[in-house]
Amino acid sequence: MDYSIKIGGEAGQGIQTVGETLSRLFARAGYYVFTHQDYESRIRGGHNFYQIRISDKPITASRTPIDILVALDRESIIQHERELSPTGHVLYDSSYLKEKYEKANFLDVPLFDLAIKHGGSKIMANTVAVGAVVGMLGMKPDIMYELIKKTFKKKGSEVIEANLRASEAGYNFAREHCLTCSFMVSGFESPKMLITGNEAIGAGACASGLKFYSAYPMTPSTGILNFVADKAKEFGIVVEQAEDEIAAINMALGASFAGVRAMTGTSGGGFALMVEGLSLAGMTETPLVIALAQRPGPATGLPTRTEQADLFFALFAGHGEFPRVLFAPGSPEEAFFLTNKAFDLAEKYQITVIILTDQYLADSQWSYTGFDLSRLKYIDYRLRNGEFRALESYKRHAFTETGVSPLGVPGDSEHLVVTDSDEHDEEGHIIEDAETRIKMVEKRLFRKMPLIQREIEPPKLYGVLEPEIVLTCWGSTYGIVREVVDELSNKFKITMLHFSELYPFSNDLRWTEKIEKAKVTINIEQNATSQFAKLIRMETGIELKNHINRFDGRPFTLDELKERVYAYLR
Amino acid sequence: MPTLDDFKGQKPAWCPGCGNFSILRAFNEAIVELGLSPHEFVIVSGIGQAGKFPHYTRCHTFNGLHGRTLPVATGIKLTNHKLKVFAVAGDGDCYGEGGNHLIHAIRRNIDVKLFVHDNQIYGLTKGQASPTSMKGMVTKVQPFGVFSEQFNPLTLAIALNCSFVARAFAGDIDHLKGLIKEAVNHRGFTLIDILQPCVSFNKVNTFEWYKERVYRLSDDYDPRDRIRAFEKSLEWGERIPIGIIYIANKPSLDGQIPVISSETLVEQKFNPEKIKEIFLEFY
Repeated sequence: MDYSIKIGGEAGQGIQTVGETLSRLFARAGYYVFTHQDYESRIRGGHNFYQIRISDKPITASRTPIDILVALDRESIIQHERELSPTGHVLYDSSYLKEKYEKANFLDVPLFDLAIKHGGSKIMANTVAVGAVVGMLGMKPDIMYELIKKTFKKKGSEVIEANLRASEAGYNFAREHCLTCSFMVSGFESPKMLITGNEAIGAGACASGLKFYSAYPMTPSTGILNFVADKAKEFGIVVEQAEDEIAAINMALGASFAGVRAMTGTSGGGFALMVEGLSLAGMTETPLVIALAQRPGPATGLPTRTEQADLFFALFAGHGEFPRVLFAPGSPEEAFFLTNKAFDLAEKYQITVIILTDQYLADSQWSYTGFDLSRLKYIDYRLRNGEFRALESYKRHAFTETGVSPLGVPGDSEHLVVTDSDEHDEEGHIIEDAETRIKMVEKRLFRKMPLIQREIEPPKLYGVLEPEIVLTCWGSTYGIVREVVDELSNKFKITMLHFSELYPFSNDLRWTEKIEKAKVTINIEQNATSQFAKLIRMETGIELKNHINRFDGRPFTLDELKERVYAYLR
Repeated sequence: MPTLDDFKGQKPAWCPGCGNFSILRAFNEAIVELGLSPHEFVIVSGIGQAGKFPHYTRCHTFNGLHGRTLPVATGIKLTNHKLKVFAVAGDGDCYGEGGNHLIHAIRRNIDVKLFVHDNQIYGLTKGQASPTSMKGMVTKVQPFGVFSEQFNPLTLAIALNCSFVARAFAGDIDHLKGLIKEAVNHRGFTLIDILQPCVSFNKVNTFEWYKERVYRLSDDYDPRDRIRAFEKSLEWGERIPIGIIYIANKPSLDGQIPVISSETLVEQKFNPEKIKEIFLEFY
């Protein structure tokens, strides 16, 4: 069982409501779910879609063939009818689209009539549509009813009843009228959780002791800001919407200096404004976590779409030389645990850790049975209260064996915490002499960097241990490449090397042998210039020659990527 | 009780005769009279001659970037509202590079004490016009004189309903000291624009120039009268008023956020177990 449902329409029609309700419903029913969204930079109109894939086996990407197309506008039919699978169906409302399609696989559901008749308002049309999809699939409606009761709990029994009737009307209509629907829905397991990349980063931050989040809203990072703000009260987090990204990063640095775990989030354009602050964090050795959700540039680019083109920008941003760590999670699960690791490393080594995602991962929903929360790490590395007071003397930037100086919390003791964006001495006061400068650079860079490097995991290998074909990729392409490997593994000895702990490179370089021994290595990136391949060459000397790139702002799909990989192998 | 000896910092790198020395003296004396110990307050400073200020007294110090004092100070205050938080900047620093942050710090009414060392010129970069340079001032970079309107921080602050707006003169140390104490005792954002001569680069607005024009506001001046405050803030030229120009009592940002209504953020313990509750929402 493996079905894809696409809900298309204009912004503001409720595509997201229908899509989210359906995906939550499927997850509750125990199916594996994967969703991704495609939307324009507008609040009303245009053409957007929400794609859901459900299966009884774990899935990590979208497929091209559509089994049910819910067309809330004519454009959906124009653009997506050709994506229908041989048994695919279209659900539409002829009175609303003002067009009747005389095709056997087109199910004309009077969404608005049924909404008014059974729900008392045309607002219920989306609920009718949800019911109709469930009916077309031949699922039992119980879980849908349960979810409606939960969703509208706060709105009272009248709203619940109206929605129940509307969904039932849609369900019954589809059961009676979709005579060609032959979907086989099977395989109930325990309920799955559904989580997006942005939610995973937000939850990972909350789970890591985040206390301060400042940001300026920017797609596609805004979901993290929303998530953290929603949890502010529960977790005791101060969330401040800054006047710009310069303020956002400087506020976070102020909070971190004052003794709490702080974070900011943005996309490329906002990160450009943060660059001087990144360098400030480097000089003052103030721990910081930045979530950088990429979208296609340059400049405003394609604001609501996806790309992996800011890798080098994140890697080299900031004047001067200072250590940093770059993560690029491949899934919400990785995003959750790497956010946790980001907070740990940032505070342990007093550095900035950047979590690089993109619109595709930020907005995609993945389903899981659950996360193993016992893997979370929380160690407070700051020097506080009694422990700080007990020190005889204190120097914020003291030279140490590891290069890591004690991170005192100002106000917790009589010792003064002094730091400076100018080069400074151990106490934190401005200096100009060459000798101290050299020792400070050694401390910040040469002593810390090898220790940081030891914390970094090598890339994940997925596939056979002795591959003839290696696919290299990083970040959000993980799920798609993984399924490509699954589908080609019966024909080829194929393996994926996926990098999520991007920089610095792990000391464990055994993965390079796979590339050296393989017949073909294909590097896959969602950008125009194969930046990660260049980083591999920079760090290892290995040159990758075969590249698959996509830079139209749309994510790779499984079927498209499989074809492009296959083209190299023929 | 702390004494002036507790506030002996690094050796200043300012020019002899710089107005900053008087500001430093007034600050240290005010702090001692307020009974504050060095570890009870933070100074966040920017870049410029004023940026070096915290090193020359003794306190927690975050000497950050040019123009960015207020966001850092805001982050510190929201994290630990029990610390007194000062921001020290110059006119180019705060009114030029950091102008946007000034507007929004005033709007937030964060309880930060901002002192702007306003010498109407760029000192550290050797004599270019600043936002507060007077029209017509000739410099190496403005050989035809300054064309732009002189920035008026006081009028701007009153327009934003800033909770405490004052002007001081570095040549009147007692008066400045009094203003600093008033600012510290006022809960909310406070701006003191401190006029100071730059002996090296500002040959127009000299010590004598200020001395002839500056006068203390009379005791019967009511800083709560916003219209009068606008008038006073616009007074510049023959006579320049110093003192508290405007006061608006209103709640500070740090006093309004429920999360930090009792304990400071930094005092609050993290409970890792709580994350389990969040996960229930994902099902």
